[in-house]
This record gives sequence, C-alpha cells and structure tokens, in this order.
Amino acid sequence: MNAPYLELSWPSLATAAALILINGAISVALRMGLEGKLAMAALRTVVQLLLIGQILEWVFAVERWYVVLAILSAMTLIAGRAAAARGAVSYRGMGLDAMLSVFASSWLITALGLFAVIHIDPWYRAQFAIPILGIILGNTLTGVSLGLERITEELLVRRAQVETLLCLGASRWEAFRLPAQQAVKAGMMPVINAMTVVGVVSLPGTMTGLVLAGQTPEHAIRYQIVIMFLIAAASGLGTVSAVLLVYRRIFSREHCFLYRRLEERKAED
Amino acid sequence: MSVAILSVTNIERRDPVSGAVLLHPTSLQLQAGEHAVVMGPSGSGKSVLMRSLALLDPIDGGEMRFLGEPVATDDVPAYRCRVAYIAQQPGLFAGTVEDNLRLPFTLRAHRQRRFDRGAVVPMLEATGRSASFLGKAARDLSGGEAELLNLLRVLQLDPSILLLDEPTSALDAAASAMVEALVSRWARRKPAEAAALWVTHDPAQARRVGNRFFRMDGGRLEERAGLPAAARVKAPEVAP
Repeated sequence: MNAPYLELSWPSLATAAALILINGAISVALRMGLEGKLAMAALRTVVQLLLIGQILEWVFAVERWYVVLAILSAMTLIAGRAAAARGAVSYRGMGLDAMLSVFASSWLITALGLFAVIHIDPWYRAQFAIPILGIILGNTLTGVSLGLERITEELLVRRAQVETLLCLGASRWEAFRLPAQQAVKAGMMPVINAMTVVGVVSLPGTMTGLVLAGQTPEHAIRYQIVIMFLIAAASGLGTVSAVLLVYRRIFSREHCFLYRRLEERKAED
Repeated sequence: MSVAILSVTNIERRDPVSGAVLLHPTSLQLQAGEHAVVMGPSGSGKSVLMRSLALLDPIDGGEMRFLGEPVATDDVPAYRCRVAYIAQQPGLFAGTVEDNLRLPFTLRAHRQRRFDRGAVVPMLEATGRSASFLGKAARDLSGGEAELLNLLRVLQLDPSILLLDEPTSALDAAASAMVEALVSRWARRKPAEAAALWVTHDPAQARRVGNRFFRMDGGRLEERAGLPAAARVKAPEVAP
C-alpha cells in the first residue's frame, strides 16, 4: 500500500528556506564574512531548482525523443567538462578524455539499466531516462575526475620509478601498472564506501525520494539497489577508461614515457 | 673489425614543443672493451644523448643498431635490458634492498630468470658490504647506497652496455670509488662483450674510467684524442 504524498506549499518552502538564517547567524557570530556567499548560494539553490523543475515539467509533457536526447546530451557535456576540471596536473587532450570516459560509461550503463533492468517503453521515457542518467553521471564524474587527478599526479611523482622500470626492461604497460592501480582504486573508493554504508549510515537519495513520494520502503529499496549497482558499474568503467586513455597519451608505442606532456596547472586564486 | 655492440648513425633530437635542436645529428660506435667518457657543460645535451641511446625519449631521426641489427618497436624492452641506463637519481621501491633487487624478475623481459643471491653477495662484498645490506629498508638508504642498489639491480641482469649518466655526481669520494669499482668488476668479467659510456664532470674520474673521450657542446658531440688540456686533472699534491 502506498502512503499518501504530502504536497509542500509555498509557505512551507519559505519556512525551510528561512533556515539559511541559522548559517547566516553563525557566520555573523564567528565573523566569518560568509553572509554574501550564503545568500548567493541560497538564491542559486532556489532559482536553479525552480528552473530545472519547469524544464522537466515541459520535457515530461512533450515526451519527444529528440528533446530527451538533447537534455541527456547537455547533462553529459556539463559532467564531462567538470570531470577534467580538478587536479594539479593536466595534459593536452585531458578534457576530451574525461568527456569520452564519462559519456561512454554512463550511457552504456544507463542504457543497460533502462532497457535490460527497468524495461522502459518507449526507450526515451523522460521520467526514467533523465533522473537515472543524472544520478549515474554525477557519480561517474566523481570517479573519472578522481581517477584522472590521481593518475596524472602519480605519474609525475613516480617519474623516477616509472623510468627505472622502463630501464630495467619493463614494457610500457608494466611501467604504468602501479600508478594505474592506485588511480583506479582512488576513483572507485567513493562508490565502494557508499555501498558499504548504504542503508546503515545513509539512506540515499533515490530511496528517500521514493519513500517521500509515497512508495513503500520495499519498492524504494529495489530501485535503490538497482541504482547502486548501476552507479558502481558506470563509475568503475569510467575510471578505468579515463586511466587507459591517459596511458595512450603518456606512453608511446616505442615504450617511451612522455612525461613532458604532463603539465602542472597554474594555481587558481 | 668486429661488429660494434652499439652503432648509431645521425640520431637527432628536437624539443617536442619549441622544435629547438637538442641533439644535432650524432654518430657513434661502441666496441667491446670501450669505456667512452662524455664531458661538457651543463645543459649541453649529454643526458639527451644518453636517454636517446637508451631509447627513453623518442629520437627524431637517424638509425640505431644493436649488434648490427636495427631495434624494432617491440624489442625496445629487450634492448633496454642489454643497453642499461643508470640515472643520477634512481627510482627505489617500497621494501628492502632485496625486494628492489628482485623487482626486475617480475617483468616479462626477465621471466625466464630468477634472482640469484649468490651472484649479488660477491658484488656487495666488492664494495665492502655484507649480505645484511640486503635486508635494509630502501627508504633508509643514503644517496650512495641508493646508487649502489641501482647499479647492483642493473648489473645482476648482465647488460652489454652501461650508460652511466653522472651516477656519482651527488656522491662523496668513497661512494664514487665504490661505483667505479663495481663497473670495473663488471667490465673485467666480460671483456669481449661489454662497453660503457660515462657522463661525468670530474676530469679525475674521466681519466680513471675512460679510454675514449668525447666533448658535448650545444648538442654536438665531438671525439677528442684525449682529455682536453682544460679538463686535465690537477696533479696530486706531490713535490715536483
């Protein structure tokens, strides 16, 4: 039996939004000077979410494959760009590699989830495709960016070790293996941690959302289990793809370590 | 005349970004028993030459032959086992000295071989160290000991050519002598099939270890009949 869904009124929303005043008070009391930033963050939260709400309402209403595809592509582009933005080291082509890894792994696993597990029909049903790709993109982006950050830094820091291995007769893959292991581990750690504590320490978003929307916990949990495994697969696949793309850029076929392609990013203010 | 162990013809290197010439077309042949010394100012291209000979950096032209045969892309790891580059700052790995010595045998290129403690201990003893050195943690090694480990790790693989890129520049006299002794021991054991190329700034060392002399300047390598006058060693403190 589904519990009734309690609709939130505008005054209720205003009450919740007013809680930002607590953060404001803390900032004033401790003279942190964060009031401006807090106000802007609060405003962005409200405006961005209202805007995406309007867009989704429209997308759900028109239900056209090309509209859904355009939204999914825009989400992927934003996630791909964000994945290459962190880390102290970069290289030419890093943005493209991040984009490719995020795109290929998220879309493949989302397609698998939508068509082989959830069985949506038609294939572009926005109600499923958009939130599921969204949650997978968010997690894959974390994995890819952590993986890229770690592999580029490991290669620079371990340059002497990588070259020593090559000098001892290692193939380029053998020289790359140790940094690659560290990077893939780093990229997959957030998902492994999340899977370890899910349901015990944290009640994740999908489940919380479904329960609040009136679904029984059992149904909510089934969705959550599916989502967790989709996230784990996409994040793992994305991290490994990103690390392998770095391998192709930074090691030549002649087993040379092209470390000069790695550049330290200029510090941002 | 026998086939040179290593023969390079007109190899050159350019900076991949600026296109500036790092190494002008360079030809060089190394025969068994030759110990060539390369001297020259810092930044003149000595390391560029050594790294090119080890195929650590991609060369932009020219030809390299090992024992008369060109080196194919797939054979680069095997080539590096025979033409071993010894860097100034060796890469050490977590664990003990012995763990580091065992490391090469985990690589595909050496999978037919096993770590031979019996071959390593005499090399250690030649440097005045006992077998207990094998149990020392790699992170606790001094600069000299790290270079010793690096050299042992390469010598146990029995290379044909050593490319020694200032291996002693950061070491004191005793540690330098130890490195020289090890290289000399290796060369004596296989006089018909070993050659070395040393980069050094120290004329005294050049005289001790070399029997061919080169000067590198602005990316150009030039062979000299002997050590140039400016590089001659100051006479030891002996009365005339």
